[in-house]
Amino acid sequence: MKPMLEIRNVSKQYQLRQHATRTENLRELVERAAQAPFRRLMRQPEKEIVKEKPCVFWALEDVSFNIAHGDVIGIIGRNGAGKSTLLKILSRITSPTKGTVTVRGRLASLLEVGTGFHPELTGRENIFLNGAILGMRKAEITRHFDEIVAFAEVEKFLDTPVKHYSSGMYVRLAFAVAAHLDPEILVVDEVLAVGDLTFQKKCLGKMGEVSRGGRTVLFVSHNMAAIENLCTRGIVLNQGKLLFDGSSKAAIQYYLNSLSAQSGTGHVVDLAGVGDRRTLAGPLLKKMEFLTEDEQPLAEGLTIGSRLKIKVQFELPEATDKFNVGLGFNNNYGQRIFTAHTIFEPSRWDSEPVGTTVLACEIPSFTVMPGEYTVKIWLELKGREVDAIEDAAKIRVLESDFYGTGRVPWNGTMVLKHHWFLEPTDTRPHQSIEIGSEEYQPRIG
Amino acid sequence: MSTTFELTIRARRGWQPIDLREIFLYRELLAFLVWRDVKIRYRQTLLGGLWAVLQPLIAMLIFTFIFNRVAHVQSDGPPYKLFAYAGLAPWTFFSTAVSLSSNSLIANQQLVSKVYFPRIFIPLGAIGALLVDLMFSLGLFALLMVYYRWPITPALAWLPVFMLAAVLAAAGIGLILSAMNVSFRDVKYAVPFLVQMGLFITPVIYPPSYLPKHFQILLSLNPMAGVVIGFRHALLGSPASWSVMGWSLAISTLLFLAGLVVFRRMENRFADII
Repeated sequence: MKPMLEIRNVSKQYQLRQHATRTENLRELVERAAQAPFRRLMRQPEKEIVKEKPCVFWALEDVSFNIAHGDVIGIIGRNGAGKSTLLKILSRITSPTKGTVTVRGRLASLLEVGTGFHPELTGRENIFLNGAILGMRKAEITRHFDEIVAFAEVEKFLDTPVKHYSSGMYVRLAFAVAAHLDPEILVVDEVLAVGDLTFQKKCLGKMGEVSRGGRTVLFVSHNMAAIENLCTRGIVLNQGKLLFDGSSKAAIQYYLNSLSAQSGTGHVVDLAGVGDRRTLAGPLLKKMEFLTEDEQPLAEGLTIGSRLKIKVQFELPEATDKFNVGLGFNNNYGQRIFTAHTIFEPSRWDSEPVGTTVLACEIPSFTVMPGEYTVKIWLELKGREVDAIEDAAKIRVLESDFYGTGRVPWNGTMVLKHHWFLEPTDTRPHQSIEIGSEEYQPRIG
Repeated sequence: MSTTFELTIRARRGWQPIDLREIFLYRELLAFLVWRDVKIRYRQTLLGGLWAVLQPLIAMLIFTFIFNRVAHVQSDGPPYKLFAYAGLAPWTFFSTAVSLSSNSLIANQQLVSKVYFPRIFIPLGAIGALLVDLMFSLGLFALLMVYYRWPITPALAWLPVFMLAAVLAAAGIGLILSAMNVSFRDVKYAVPFLVQMGLFITPVIYPPSYLPKHFQILLSLNPMAGVVIGFRHALLGSPASWSVMGWSLAISTLLFLAGLVVFRRMENRFADII
């Protein structure tokens, strides 16, 4: 059997600043167009246009792979790796610069939840409109209508304009329409990042159902757990190139290894050249320093529940107190487990620093499970994220006797101090029975 | 499993043939987009669909006052109010259609960058919805005819032809401008101005006989001149000017074809630059 999708040597080039130069040159373009017939008449070659050559950027470079019927493929890669561009090419939103894609079967794509929803239209009207935009026939929508409504749990609000919906309802309805598309190939971009947890689970369940039903699915997500759960095969993209193609487990491992290879280690991390940086104002963030108990530099890793102090050194271009720094801790599935942010600081400093500034963040007890964690760091100026580095550093949390019982915690994502008591019941009504308290006297006999 | 069809996606550059099969496959979506635009146009307004008739009606009253009463412009036979309305109905359709369709891709950026369907439906849908408005305003015109006891002539049979010409002209210009608007937002500012100028170079508020003889040829180049003259001929039995009307039909058709081709050529870059 021929593959459902054949992706052959696909490349996509974007011209950066294309927009800016084009707009500036409308006059030039008109002049050139007006002169063209005369130039041809005079047999003059078109004058070499002397302008700054637009910066060329390859979002995808020579990517080839086949997708067989029933494959469920997870596409993994960091921001800007080319995942979305690949999906856009497959869904024909944009065409490749080079290469070909052969699609055998009806393909539907869901790059965003609720594309084409109109806030003024009611839930019922939007189901039909959105369905049609996603490529469903009216008859199909009518057939699935009740299922869609039931899945989205919006029966009561069907005739209310969706602008009055809560964001949760909106997303539920939008996903419900898309989930009932009946394509042979389904292409889904990170759409599950929205909506509450219960609904995310429901969506994942629905997608699992779709994929088990023998449908071919391409799925982009930063949620490694979802990829591992749903996909049979994984593809890793980095800077537009296909780096790995194999089982989803192996792909995730490959990806995570490549990530941590780029994160800084050691107790002082020079932020130039680590992780994945996005900046609007230049590399303002300079250095991170990790300390633990007694201001000791963090070497091997810190034990569960010990003190973590992170010093952040950055440059402020002007004297201001309107800056914020955030630290995000992700586990090895790419899930954020904790965010530390200066807006949560109740007693803010009242000076206006300028130039090289060092802020320290102290977490008295870093109570997470043993494992590796990557740290995202970002700087905000006047509410805008001006410099951000994903996977800037990684820290290792080591096993320890956190509970003082000699037992190592073995499950979950975090550790919390907790206590157990026996509560009074009918059979022992009068006695206070706190374990470990002096009043507690075990009865014998 | 039966493979229903095979599709090859490859780089597209330069001129492209128009994919009629695909347009046919997606035909229901065009209907949905028209329906959406009709539904939302007058949502959350007090007067709702009444706006469709109020606009030409109020314009008629103002123009009658200024041009007929103050400037003493005369009609070519019927009462000036009827004369003005019969010209304003197609002109309002055309001018609104051009402004809405030329901004339609920008207004529907999300659709362009996140989902695939024939992009041509976006500007065409905007125009389709306005046809509904035109029907309403023609309905009001029927009432005005009764009120002024102005007779219907057999020329009424021509009306669909001139409506089609108006649609073709608006669509042709709308397609080209909407495609240009994706790269050059200048269009957004130029269109309202051009549309306003258009009102004066088209015989909407004055009869074509007011123009000197040698301007008649220039008039033929304006596709809406023939449409307006045609509307008046069909609705009021005003004198026909077959050469202007014929040229207008031909130019409208050419504009539409040019619009299709230009739009097709530019559409594969929309998602990248919008």
